[in-house]
Amino acid sequence: MQEIRNYTMNFGPQHPAAHGVLRLIMEMDGETIVRADPHIGLLHRGTEKLAESKPFNQSIGYMDRLDYVSMMCNEHAYVKAIETLLGIEAPERAQYIRTMFDEITRILNHLMWVGSNALDLGAMAVFLYAFREREELMDCYEAVSGARMHATYYRPGGVYRDLPSQMPQYRESPWHKGNDLKRINSWREGSMLDYLEAFTNDFPSKVDEYEELLTGNRIWKQRTVGIGVISPELAQQWGMTGAMLRGSGVEWDLRKKQPYAKYAEVDFDIPVGVNGDCYDRYLVRVEEMRQSNRIIQQCVKWLKANPGPVMVKNFKVAPPTRFEMKEDMEAMIHHFKLFTEGYCVPAGETYCAVEAPKGEFGCYLVSDGANKPFRVHLRAPGFAHLSSMDTIVRGHMLADVVAMIGTYDLVFGEVDR
Amino acid sequence: MSDQHSSALAESLAARFGETLTLSTVRNETTAELAAADLIAVATALRDEPEFRFSELVDLCGIDYLGHGQTEWDTESISSTGFSRGVEGQAMGRFNWAERPRGNNEPRRFAAVIHLLSIAHNRRLRLRVFCDDDTLPVVPSLTLIWPGVNWFEREAFDLYGIIFDGHPDLRRILTDYGFVGHPFRKDFPLIGNVEVRYDPEQKRVIYEPVSIEPRILVPRTIRNDADLMQAEAEAADHWREN
Repeated sequence: MQEIRNYTMNFGPQHPAAHGVLRLIMEMDGETIVRADPHIGLLHRGTEKLAESKPFNQSIGYMDRLDYVSMMCNEHAYVKAIETLLGIEAPERAQYIRTMFDEITRILNHLMWVGSNALDLGAMAVFLYAFREREELMDCYEAVSGARMHATYYRPGGVYRDLPSQMPQYRESPWHKGNDLKRINSWREGSMLDYLEAFTNDFPSKVDEYEELLTGNRIWKQRTVGIGVISPELAQQWGMTGAMLRGSGVEWDLRKKQPYAKYAEVDFDIPVGVNGDCYDRYLVRVEEMRQSNRIIQQCVKWLKANPGPVMVKNFKVAPPTRFEMKEDMEAMIHHFKLFTEGYCVPAGETYCAVEAPKGEFGCYLVSDGANKPFRVHLRAPGFAHLSSMDTIVRGHMLADVVAMIGTYDLVFGEVDR
Repeated sequence: MSDQHSSALAESLAARFGETLTLSTVRNETTAELAAADLIAVATALRDEPEFRFSELVDLCGIDYLGHGQTEWDTESISSTGFSRGVEGQAMGRFNWAERPRGNNEPRRFAAVIHLLSIAHNRRLRLRVFCDDDTLPVVPSLTLIWPGVNWFEREAFDLYGIIFDGHPDLRRILTDYGFVGHPFRKDFPLIGNVEVRYDPEQKRVIYEPVSIEPRILVPRTIRNDADLMQAEAEAADHWREN
């Protein structure tokens, strides 16, 4: 009889189910995984080292490019760390705007996740539908910052500018005209907050549509129920956070437990799973979208009622307005110093974490009093999650590895930094 | 995490570990410095004892303290020709590998910084372990206490060359296969040492020494006169309009 031995298989780094540039070396016994060794770093850009060579503000844009599916949450952690060391606090309106955009980002991320994870497991339709709502929310990114993804909207001391009073509209073109044009512009008659209000009223029904496609779907359940079970103890040992931890039944959410921005003022619930398998994590993330929708609604209501400044009035960190610069020498000097040299952050160190859609995104910032950080370390949730891959997938089938990569919600921009 | 929480943590740490830890609490964040030799015992106690229950290791990273507090632009004393021009200095953006700074006036260069999280008590704690030897920085590995630290230690080894004693699989993780050096060290040039391109003649990807010049746009400056509170008060005071 022929002897059958384990063999080694290479997966990636260019594989549609690898969500970027993951390379997995797997030792297989037939279709069963004996050992999985993820090779990462193919997208390593040395963000932390680059940040050490630039004034503080110039690195905000790099944060967008870490987890490029949840851009503003990354900015939030970095900006919050700078603010902590400076000892300044953003105005209330800016904090509400940040809360709102963090939740918009969470919906953006989870839509991308539910679509691509379903695509990995063989359901094509969800991906196409998910991009419908993503498009609507990315228009909000564009309206406030001019960029659809890499916004650089949060700044130390607040946000770059106030929400626009007019939502940009589609213009007539051979593809959009007549009643069609009227329909797609119907939400865009008023301000961005009106647009978001219309969106949030509509969005729960869209989440119902995704659930219709997946939650009761027999194939979806066969691929996810009982796959990649993580016990609460295991999740904590491996440093898991976010939906990975909540899927295992641990009620832990930084927005509730260590509130930042305005999360203490808004009302929302934390969904938790029971079994800690891929299906429970799916349910947790879907419910998080509904909760995010609730938070956005509350923020929109508050922001409509309370106009005010969105940036601290402190020329050491925030630039003066063009108007002030025209008639005030001192404002001119501040502007010049701020954009040539930046500001000096008092010596010290801090670790600031936010509940990013993927888990705890932390920024450990060390300053020695200079205008550039001495050390920035970015704690990416995906890095900790992926490191547990070998432990979790041992004994699973090859196809379950794809389900597992999907449920980790990996984005290699943040894993590799 | 309120004020009382953090100071209570510092007190209970001082009571339990005594001289082993050097504690400081700034802005509700407690930092404990300890010797590498004590790390395993302290970490085990922090994880297991009901008073602490730090069930999660959130983060571990390396730091290189070379050049901490050094500036490139003298902002306090003026010479006969004015302030310095801010074009000399040893920031890593300014040198290539041959000209890297070698002098070291810091007593200890490398440290591993660990962030712990207690879900049961909703607390965080930072541990800092300095490596005694700069040429061979060694810290005991925590993989047997929190298995999730595995990749974080590999990362610190890769980027800073800190060796984690007892780590089961201390390989490079983020840098390229066959990379030489530890790129996040302060004496490693920002431009790197090699660049990579496809060579049509040899029909393969080749490595060559970097061709770009090191340069830096903004000098590193430390200013003590940047009083933020005063600036804020001045901006709030609308003296111009009165």
